[in-house]
Amino acid sequence: MSTSTSRSELTLTDTDRQLIVATQSGLPLVPDPWGELARQLGITADEVLERFQRMQQAGVIRRVAAVPDHYKLGYRFNGMTVWDIRDDAIVAMGERVGELPFVSHCYQRPRHLPYWSYNLFAMVHGTSREEVEEKAGRIREQLGDTCRGQTILYSSAILKKTGLRLAKQKDTP
Amino acid sequence: MSMTAETGKAVDFTDTEKAIINRLQHGLPLTRYPYRDVAEELGITENALLDYLQALLASGILTRFGPMFHAGEMGGGLTLAAMRIPEREFDAVAHTVNQFPEVAHNYRREHNLNMWFVLATETPEGIADTIHRIEASTGYPVYNMPKEQEFHVHLHFPV
Repeated sequence: MSTSTSRSELTLTDTDRQLIVATQSGLPLVPDPWGELARQLGITADEVLERFQRMQQAGVIRRVAAVPDHYKLGYRFNGMTVWDIRDDAIVAMGERVGELPFVSHCYQRPRHLPYWSYNLFAMVHGTSREEVEEKAGRIREQLGDTCRGQTILYSSAILKKTGLRLAKQKDTP
Repeated sequence: MSMTAETGKAVDFTDTEKAIINRLQHGLPLTRYPYRDVAEELGITENALLDYLQALLASGILTRFGPMFHAGEMGGGLTLAAMRIPEREFDAVAHTVNQFPEVAHNYRREHNLNMWFVLATETPEGIADTIHRIEASTGYPVYNMPKEQEFHVHLHFPV
């Protein structure tokens, strides 16, 4: 599944951006979160909700959700499996790997020879190194002779994790 | 089964905690009273749900609860970048890199390229500028690896 889909165009207004800034550290944990934001911005709760619905529909917001520290959930082994795939096969292989249920992200990215020869990235999480390796083996089975090299990069520490930040001010046309 | 990263010892989540963690990774419904609706779905009170959420955030089991923005769709720049940092300088360089507000996530990984971070900027042009500034302040090259194609994104960690 390639997601270069054409989504409905959405131009963010100043109010949308204020809502993004107001919620980038989190949604208010109160029974009426939209009402709480509405008070902060001086608009109605219904308008806040409608704007969130529009932004989610347009893909500006993927979803309003809990982001776990996967280490603390027991997913200690976060393996970035990377593959050197023949250029003529990258789309077919990317789509095939992306469909595997245990792959959370799958992207094509550029090589940086001689330091980096891998052009397909598939993120795999597991509770043990063996589990990640077993999953990588299942990816390998999909690739046949289109794959010229592979490795798995394990993360050994989270150095920073803040999520995306928008500056408070921006000129909007 | 769940374990802590530090000790590998099992963490015991209650069934309610598990249900909340699993349910809320899929996303809050965008309804007028979303917490009440989710609480009802899980068979708990709205207050209990909000209390559990507070506690899960306070203990760091959840790093965040809120909208997950798609930087590309907001008209900004987004990329993955990597660096090769000698071991003895790793901590100092990590500190320098983390100071940049454009650095959203930064992971140490076991490879020659041992530092991997996500850059998010207000404009697409901001990526190149930020990379230059990181290179200037650390003295090491940054390898830019923007996504050329996205095949799948679905992050979900069942507990």
